[in-house]
Amino acid sequence: MIVDIKKLSVDYSGIKALDDISFGIAKGDFLGIIGPNGAGKSTLFKCMLGLHTQYDGTIKVFDHDIRDSRKYLSQIGFVPQKPVVDRNFPATIREVLSMSQNSSDSEKIDEALQKVWMHELADRRIGDLSVGQQQRVFIAKALVNSPKILVLDEPVTGIDQYNKDLFFQILGELNTKEKISIIWSSHDLDAVERLANKVACLNRTLFFHGVSEEFFSDDEMLKKYSETSMQMHMHHH
Amino acid sequence: MTFEAVSYESIPHALVSGIAISILCSAIGLFLVLRKFSLFGDALAHSAFGGVAFGLFIGIYPLWIACGVAILSALGLTKIRQKFDISSDAIVAILLATGLGAGIILVSMSDDLEIHDIEEFLFGSAIIDTPNVITILVMAGAILAILFFTYKKLLYSTFSEEQARASGIPVEKMGYLLIAMAGVTVVISMQLVGVLLISALFVLPNVSAMLYARSFKKTMMLSMCFAVSATVSGIFISYQFDIAQSGCIVLVAAAIFVGSLVAKGSGMVKTTGILAKRA
Repeated sequence: MIVDIKKLSVDYSGIKALDDISFGIAKGDFLGIIGPNGAGKSTLFKCMLGLHTQYDGTIKVFDHDIRDSRKYLSQIGFVPQKPVVDRNFPATIREVLSMSQNSSDSEKIDEALQKVWMHELADRRIGDLSVGQQQRVFIAKALVNSPKILVLDEPVTGIDQYNKDLFFQILGELNTKEKISIIWSSHDLDAVERLANKVACLNRTLFFHGVSEEFFSDDEMLKKYSETSMQMHMHHH
Repeated sequence: MTFEAVSYESIPHALVSGIAISILCSAIGLFLVLRKFSLFGDALAHSAFGGVAFGLFIGIYPLWIACGVAILSALGLTKIRQKFDISSDAIVAILLATGLGAGIILVSMSDDLEIHDIEEFLFGSAIIDTPNVITILVMAGAILAILFFTYKKLLYSTFSEEQARASGIPVEKMGYLLIAMAGVTVVISMQLVGVLLISALFVLPNVSAMLYARSFKKTMMLSMCFAVSATVSGIFISYQFDIAQSGCIVLVAAAIFVGSLVAKGSGMVKTTGILAKRA
């Protein structure tokens, strides 16, 4: 397992955000994490990325507890939920990629941009791009440090269908050609069914983790997922 | 109240220190402007004024006291802001009012203070002596060196705190470093433009440059050029017409900003910038 999560629990002022989660991610996995809003997907990612450290349980990346050493976190590239880019922020795409710590190498930047089909726009201002294009830039930014794992938190929210398809195609290529393991949270069950080989279904507790086909062929499981999603939706409103 | 114009003898000192201060204010100011913290320089200057008044009150060289007071109060309030989730503009208002209030009380309590001593810090001085010029050059050089080695991390945490944190960048520490550098910059710049006009050097050249350049490096270089032009022109205008130096510098910077707006509004400069197109 390249990521091994054991008995992970997170408590926000007495409210359980995650409760006793255990699962692993193997090399080459394309894991789709599904669950309603408030299910704890972002909290799980924050813990995995070392951004949230107040948790019970252990998270190991390449067999090392991330509490003991943050060194292995550099193997994880992160693409946030929605890029919040100030339209007037004076930085070119190339500059945005070079902000990453180990990325002074311009060849690596060009290579990363080519992988997301953005190399021709390298000298454009980041604020001039569409949200979909910005998200591709953020994948390239994550790729600059040659990560072994890519974590994406609902990356296609608010993106048009053309850019969504392009985005998924890029993720598929990164997984199959570059052998990058992908952990991706999404509400889009169709996309998860199409792309992911593994599924983790989360609603504060983990109620499924396994092969994608197994989840999508289990009518009971899908019914349970829709019911909990509806309950969470009603709860939020 | 007297405002000082530059005399012929004081021009070299004013120019050397003015150019160093302009470059420094542009560099630090760009990060503040991009963090939507444009008035933070103003707030630091006002709290530094409290420190100046305290230094004069107890008879110790006021600029170092001002430096300590500005940095400590800004760092303290930043901690409070993070812990109690207070908005940045409220922190700016608190720093600004408290520093000025403390300064006014200390001035009113002192019988020995000459109003001229205070004016020079409020409105800037046209006469900067050799030891002060050396201090300005050394401090400016030190801050620019720190900035050179940390700018990537500072820029990343300015661009996206969340992503910078996920990449292992100590975002909070970078914020404190920026505040400390801004505090020192404010204190050494007070001598040139004074407490009341200092934010102009932080903000105007950067906002003007952002209208033209599309990359961070070009924005910073252009901003430095605008700031140096405003300072050098301001000093010579002050000498030529025998009017206040600090006001001249700020008005030239404002004129550059208005000129940039007009150039952009009339279509002479597109969003992506004429300079960027040539590059």
